[in-house]
Amino acid sequence: MPRVEKKKTAAKLGKTPTGIHGLDEITGGGLPQGRPTLICGGAGSGKTMLAMTFLEYGARKCNEPGVFFSFEETEKELETNFASLGYNLTDLIEHKKIIVDFVFVEKSEIEETGEYDLEGLFIRLGTAIDEIGAKRVVLDTVEALFAGLSDTGILRAELRRLFRWLKARGVTTVITGERGDGTLTRQGMEEYVSDCVILLDHRIADDLATRRLRIIKYRGSSHGNNEYPFNVDETGISLLPLSSMGLTYEAGIERVSSGIQELDQMLSGKGYYRGSSILVTGMAGTGKSSVGAQFVNAGCSRGERCLYFATEESPSQIVRNMRSIGIDLERWIKKGLLEFVAARANMRSLEEHLLVLQRTADAFKPSLVVVDAITDFSTMGTGLAVKWMTTRMVDFFKSRGITTIFNSLVTGAYVEDSGVGVSSTMDVWMHLVNVPSDLERNRIMYIIKSRGMAHSNQVREFLITNEGVKLMEVYTGPSGALLGSARLAQGAAEKRAALDRKQEMEVNQKELFRKRSVLEAQIANLRAELEAREEEAKRIAGHETEREREIARDVKEMAVKRHMGGGRAAK
Amino acid sequence: MATMKKERTHSRVDEPQEIWQLRLYVAGQTPKSMAAFTNLKDICENHLKGKYEIEVIDLLENPKLAKGDQIFAIPTLVRKLPQPIRKMIGDLSNKEKVLVGLNLYPLEK
Repeated sequence: MPRVEKKKTAAKLGKTPTGIHGLDEITGGGLPQGRPTLICGGAGSGKTMLAMTFLEYGARKCNEPGVFFSFEETEKELETNFASLGYNLTDLIEHKKIIVDFVFVEKSEIEETGEYDLEGLFIRLGTAIDEIGAKRVVLDTVEALFAGLSDTGILRAELRRLFRWLKARGVTTVITGERGDGTLTRQGMEEYVSDCVILLDHRIADDLATRRLRIIKYRGSSHGNNEYPFNVDETGISLLPLSSMGLTYEAGIERVSSGIQELDQMLSGKGYYRGSSILVTGMAGTGKSSVGAQFVNAGCSRGERCLYFATEESPSQIVRNMRSIGIDLERWIKKGLLEFVAARANMRSLEEHLLVLQRTADAFKPSLVVVDAITDFSTMGTGLAVKWMTTRMVDFFKSRGITTIFNSLVTGAYVEDSGVGVSSTMDVWMHLVNVPSDLERNRIMYIIKSRGMAHSNQVREFLITNEGVKLMEVYTGPSGALLGSARLAQGAAEKRAALDRKQEMEVNQKELFRKRSVLEAQIANLRAELEAREEEAKRIAGHETEREREIARDVKEMAVKRHMGGGRAAK
Repeated sequence: MATMKKERTHSRVDEPQEIWQLRLYVAGQTPKSMAAFTNLKDICENHLKGKYEIEVIDLLENPKLAKGDQIFAIPTLVRKLPQPIRKMIGDLSNKEKVLVGLNLYPLEK
C-alpha cells in the first residue's frame, strides 16, 4: 500500500503537481518544489513526455510558466510531436507561458581548444527563466552534453554547479537521463540530483509492452514504493496506482432492473443492487452478450448512460446482432446514451485496457457498464495479473456507484468457475448453460449467488426471442426436466389431455342429465299410477258401502215378506 | 577589452580576398575570456593578417544572442565566414586545434 500522506516536518516540503493522473497521488502532491528531479529510463520509456506533461500542466493549469531545454529535439519537432497529444505548445509559446529552446551539441562541429565552462547555457537558461517568470524547468536530456564534449571533468563540475544554481533560483526542475548499463543513468546523474529520482521502464512480456514507473527516492517525503504501470496515449500519460482503490465504497439499497422481467423476479422481484458487480458466466453461445445488451437497453430506456466494453465484436456487429433479437442499440448510440469501447484484448496491455476503461468511464460518466468479456484478458497475462485487473475494475466501478456486468466465457457446462477466478469479488453470479437433449441444444440459466437479497433457486429455461431474452419456467414432469421442443411437446400433450378430460366431463354431465330426466319421468309415471290406484281404492270402498246398505235393505225386506206370509212373523 | 568591438584590418585592399568573419562569445571579463581573445588575436595576426574581422559578444550584456549561434560553452569562437560555420570552445590556448578548427592548416607552408 502506498503511504501517500506527507511526513510532518518542521517546514513542510512543497509539492509541484505534475498533472499526471496517479503520479501526484503516489508522491503526495507532485515533485519537490524548487528542487531538481531526475527522471531516468531507457529509450522510448516516456521521459520526454513526462517532462513535457509536467511543464505543459504547469503553464496551462497552475499559472507556472516553464522553460524546456531540449538537447535532442528541435522546437518544431517538439511542437509537432506534442500536438498529437493535444498539447498546443505553439499557443503556449505565443502567450509566453512556455519557452522551448533547442541546444544543439554536435561533436563533429565543435573543437575543444582549451579551458571552458557552460556559462553560455546558464545565461540562456537564466534569460529564458527571467523572460517569462518561469517556475518550472526541464532539461531533456542534459547528458547529451557528454556525447558532444570530451572533457567530462569540466562537464561534471559544471552540471553540479547547474543543479545548485537551479535550486538557488527556486525553480522546480525535471532532468531526464538515459538509463545506463547497470546504473540509473549513463553519466551517473543520480549523484548530482539527489532530491527525487523516478525510474521509467518499458518492458516487453509476451510480446506486449508495459510501461512502469517507480520512485527510487524522494527526499523529505514518503511515497508509493511499488512499480506502477502507466500508459501513454493520445490523451497523455496516466498512471495506475494499483492499490489506491480499496474496500471503502458505499453500498446503497437502490435497485436496478436487469432488463429481463423474469430475472428481476428471481432477484427478489426488483433486480440488481445499483453499483453491484454482476458476473455472467457461460460457454460459447449461451447468451451472455444478450444479457448484457438487454441490461444496456433497459438502462438507456430509463435515460441512463451505458458504456459497453467489447473485446470480441465490433460495435456495429453487436448492434446488428442485437437487432436480430429485437434490441435496438443504435438509437441509444445516436442519443448519446450508449458508448462503445471496442478493442481486442491483445491490442493493449492489461494496464492500458484498465486505464482506457477508467478514463472513458470518468469522461462519459455511465451508470451501467458491460464488460464483454473478461476472459479474453487471460491470454495476456498471468492468471494473477488478470485477476488483479478484474478486481481493480470491480473496485473502480463500485467506487463510482456504477452497476457492471462482467461476461466470462467458461468451458464446461456445470463447472462453476468464473473463468478468471474472481467470483468472490462479484455480488451476483449467474450461470448460463447449453443443455443438449433430444437432438437439440437448449439454454438454461440459474443464479449461483446474489448477495444481500433473497433470490430464486430455480433453474430457468433461457429463451432468446424476437423480443429479447425471456426466462421460462422449466417443465418438470415424471420423466425429469424438459426443455425446448420436448417442453413444447409435453405442453401440447398436456393440453390435449386436458381437452379430452373436459370433453369427457361434458359427456358425463350430459349423460347424467339424461339419466336424471329419465328418472324424473319414471317418478312422474309412478306418481300417476299411485294416484290412479288411490282413485280405484276409493271407488271400491264406495261400492262396498252401497252393497252393504243394499244387503241390509234386502234383509229387511225379506223379513217383512216372511211375516206377511207365515203367520208367525217376528214382532 | 571592450565588451563588443569590431576590428578590421585590411592590408591588401587591392586584392579581392574574402574576409574572415570571426565572432567570439564571452561572458564578462573572465580570465578565460581574456585569454581567448589574446590567443585569437595572436593567431589572426599570424595567419590572417589583414583579412579578418573579430566581433566580441558579451553574453552578460546581450544574453539573447546566445541562442542564435547555439552557444552553451564560454568562451566560444564562431567562424561565420568563410562558410561553413565552424565552432571552437575553450580559451583557444591549443593553437594546433584552433588552426584545425579554423581550417587554416592547409594554407600554411
